[in-house]
Amino acid sequence: MSDADAVPATPAQPDERLKQTTLMTRLLRRPELGALAGLILVTAFFMTVANPAMFSLAGIMNFMAPAAQLGILAIGAALLMVGGEFDLSVGSMVAFAGLAFGTVLVTWEMPLIVAIVATLVFAGGIGAMNGQIVLRTGLPSFIVTLAFLFILRGLTLVGLKWATDGATQLRGVKEAAGDSPFLELFSGEAFEGLFAMLAANGWIDTFRNGTPKVTGMPVEILWFAGIALVATWVLLRTKFGNWIFAAGGDANAARNSGVPVRRVKTILFMATAMCAALVAILTVLDAGSTDARRGFQKEFEAIIAAVIGGCLLTGGYGSAIGAFLGAIIFGMVLIGLTYTDIDQDWYLVFLGGMLLLAVLFNNFIRKRATGER
Amino acid sequence: MTEPNSTPLIEVRDLVKHFGSVIALGGVSMKVHAGEVLCLLGDNGAGKSTLIKTLSGVHAPTEGTFHVEGRPVSFQSPRDALDAGIATVYQDLAMIPLMSITRNFFMGREPLKGFFPFRHMDMAHADTVTREEMRRIGIDVRDPQQAVGTLSGGERQCVAIARAVYFGAKVLILDEPTSALGVAQTSMVLKYINQVRTKGLGVIFITHNVRHAFAVGNRFTVLNRGKTLGTHAKDEITIDELQNLMAGGKELQDLGAELGGTV
Repeated sequence: MSDADAVPATPAQPDERLKQTTLMTRLLRRPELGALAGLILVTAFFMTVANPAMFSLAGIMNFMAPAAQLGILAIGAALLMVGGEFDLSVGSMVAFAGLAFGTVLVTWEMPLIVAIVATLVFAGGIGAMNGQIVLRTGLPSFIVTLAFLFILRGLTLVGLKWATDGATQLRGVKEAAGDSPFLELFSGEAFEGLFAMLAANGWIDTFRNGTPKVTGMPVEILWFAGIALVATWVLLRTKFGNWIFAAGGDANAARNSGVPVRRVKTILFMATAMCAALVAILTVLDAGSTDARRGFQKEFEAIIAAVIGGCLLTGGYGSAIGAFLGAIIFGMVLIGLTYTDIDQDWYLVFLGGMLLLAVLFNNFIRKRATGER
Repeated sequence: MTEPNSTPLIEVRDLVKHFGSVIALGGVSMKVHAGEVLCLLGDNGAGKSTLIKTLSGVHAPTEGTFHVEGRPVSFQSPRDALDAGIATVYQDLAMIPLMSITRNFFMGREPLKGFFPFRHMDMAHADTVTREEMRRIGIDVRDPQQAVGTLSGGERQCVAIARAVYFGAKVLILDEPTSALGVAQTSMVLKYINQVRTKGLGVIFITHNVRHAFAVGNRFTVLNRGKTLGTHAKDEITIDELQNLMAGGKELQDLGAELGGTV
């Protein structure tokens, strides 16, 4: 270990102390344990009840696509929750960013990359504004962002009519995007060559004419996984991650220790809004149009996924991987029910039940792990 | 011990702090030398908290002079005070229970390694240092990744003090570190304060418990209604005199007699 020469006073003794911490204790200390258990449970449930096609490659892509769209929002929400704040406006932000993206691309006829960058910057600005209002007034972020839930949704409706001369849908996105080299990054499927190769070797299912049933991996799944990895690394391994935990755990103590709490929270608000903008860009490019209902009620689903993933509502505790797993649970239940004989409308019941179970479980685990009495 | 002629680490003179029409501090003078524990005694509402917050950079004083090692300073934020070597350990705001000991220990001063954009916390090093520092003050940390919530109140105070010392504090301001603790834990913290003093740091120990103050203090400054009532060396004053001075005298004496001298 290279650290041994940094502190020469420490011999091999630490290991002897570490052994006293059992693997179980260390596992229980991970916030995402509940989500992992939930995912295993849900998988086992659908393995026994659902049509086996659900867990074929095509089936997996089927439920991973909505999971990815929700998950990108949920990871942003999770980081913000660990930082001690909420953003209830992310669902409306998806619609509003979709409008901004469509306007720049279609109405103003800008190149795709300009529209993408402009949308992200614009969303970041609104996130920063959310953050500034919360931090400067000291009002709960719950109320401030609830106001923006309505404001942004309303502005989207008004703006759409303005941009389209009266319609509530903005079409022609695909035509406007044209064949921009950046389109590949935000739309369609990735690894098509790999999937074709796998099909040629007979390793994945093909249609009778030899083309694979699944021609590639939807790009949103890659974004989802990539953002989960980056967020986890930031949270657990960087200085900024330590500041997020500190700002959410006890803003006063953090400030007294020299953590710039305001800056941390503002950046988190911006990141959350930019995650919403990314989802808007991905889904609008996919659909070829944008409308006012985009992202409807997604803010609640994102927060639920984050909570299932182990985030505490009071802040200071949680994980990005947990939110990742929570979003997959969502996707599985949403799509999985169509592979069963169960009535689709059980979805909401299932969701509420999962949320309740997750909160109870997380509460118990946290008390065990932190020795809180 | 203290040579009276050496430059004090901290010296404030006629410090005044107003909050609107409220005069929180109405002329406070005190100084701390290296290697001594100055006890700041005062009852509730005497202005202890305001004084601490002024010394640690949270509030800017309305009037008065503030010198650190002979140089006049005016802090804009707690960060400035920290950079000048003044570390404050708050009674209950020192640690974040849900975070690990290591993360708490290095909060705000994380050790980094690697190059941008892959700069990250050197967790292995942080864990080693934390475990080593904890062992030095006699706390058996099985795993520095365990949450601070699992430590006792006394241990948390000691971790907070150890953190300040490790990061090069010259003056430690301890805000009632023993007020919420049991007997065994109090003696643990007092022992550690004494240990820090012998290392050559200046300590400002705020308390309203005269016994705790007398156990480790070298000099005693009494604060009453926003003003200092003078400073006394340990051999100039007795516990009882100090107690009376702090509580404003007669009533307490009467009450003490009534309760059989136990107050």
